[in-house]
Amino acid sequence: MTDISYQAQSYDNEASLGDYFALLKPRVMSLVVFTALVGLLAAPVSVHPVIAFASILFVAIGAGASGALNMWWDADIDAVMKRTAKRPIPAGKVTPDEAKVLGVALSGMSVMMLALSANLLAAGLLAFTIFFYAVVYSMWLKRLTPQNIVIGGAAGAFPPVIGWVVATGSMSVEAWLMFALIFMWTPPHFWALALFMKSDYEDAGVPMLTVTHGRKATRMHILVYTVLLVGLAVGTAFTAIGGPVYLTVAIVLNALFLKGAFDIWRRDEAAAEADGYRVEKAFFKLSLLYLFLHFVAILVEAMLPVSWGIWA
Amino acid sequence: MTIRAEHEIHQRRKGRNVGVGLMLAGFVVLILALTFVKITGGDFELPQIEEGQ
Repeated sequence: MTDISYQAQSYDNEASLGDYFALLKPRVMSLVVFTALVGLLAAPVSVHPVIAFASILFVAIGAGASGALNMWWDADIDAVMKRTAKRPIPAGKVTPDEAKVLGVALSGMSVMMLALSANLLAAGLLAFTIFFYAVVYSMWLKRLTPQNIVIGGAAGAFPPVIGWVVATGSMSVEAWLMFALIFMWTPPHFWALALFMKSDYEDAGVPMLTVTHGRKATRMHILVYTVLLVGLAVGTAFTAIGGPVYLTVAIVLNALFLKGAFDIWRRDEAAAEADGYRVEKAFFKLSLLYLFLHFVAILVEAMLPVSWGIWA
Repeated sequence: MTIRAEHEIHQRRKGRNVGVGLMLAGFVVLILALTFVKITGGDFELPQIEEGQ
């Protein structure tokens, strides 16, 4: 006897190409591409456009690979947090193993290809960046210490250094200034997010500063880091990558950023709850513009054919 | 009569396959362009073969 049975199977959750792309954190990748490109173009050595394009692409793929490894490792907490619950793994579209394999394969490919297209130092820095984000930040620090994003922020700060090294083959003070700009910007940016995302990090058991030290201390930390960042960002105007355009942009943005941080520090939770975290949300949005425009200004200075006064 | 069951999933898988195919083709073109730029660059030298080898 032949038994023909039909099993209805749902394919609604089968991943599309876009789901695999989402594993690579495209928004983070766009920031990486932009800052690495600025690092490359701000360097005093010109690079063939094909080599520049290929190198930036491999840096972006490497950043995407570390994003996939982060999503594989953090799948459990991503499912709990509202902000990340729709990512491909918690949404059931991609399995954790697929994300891990994709992350490892793309990591190896991107580092090898960057070594071939640019140089070994750039490839080594990319390998270290992937290791730092996937292992030091995601696996080790994120669930251990409220300083997680302070130290982990270094991973996001490396791309302009890699871009610089692609062009010059060596590191210099200017490259590390761009690194420092992103490194010091990361904590106030994420702590502002943690303030208005309320219980997300607490529910997931991630020891963000808001959870371990309270919201008042977080507001104070935002102000202190912003003051340090302002000194660094304005001071960069008087280096080889700065100039009058950068100085003008930096003065305006840093005045606004400092005011935002001061407003956050000055108010308490009751006031923030009352207006739906308006000041914190505005500060977070400003922080995105802040970093973008600083790097645009560095790029403009690099593109300008002339130097003035003290910058000559 | 042939059975033709065109499900939405077939379209999605086709999109995935076409996407991977295009990426691989792009990768091949990129390697070709990189190779061309590298070997036509000023500092490219063929490895020297010593006499007697």
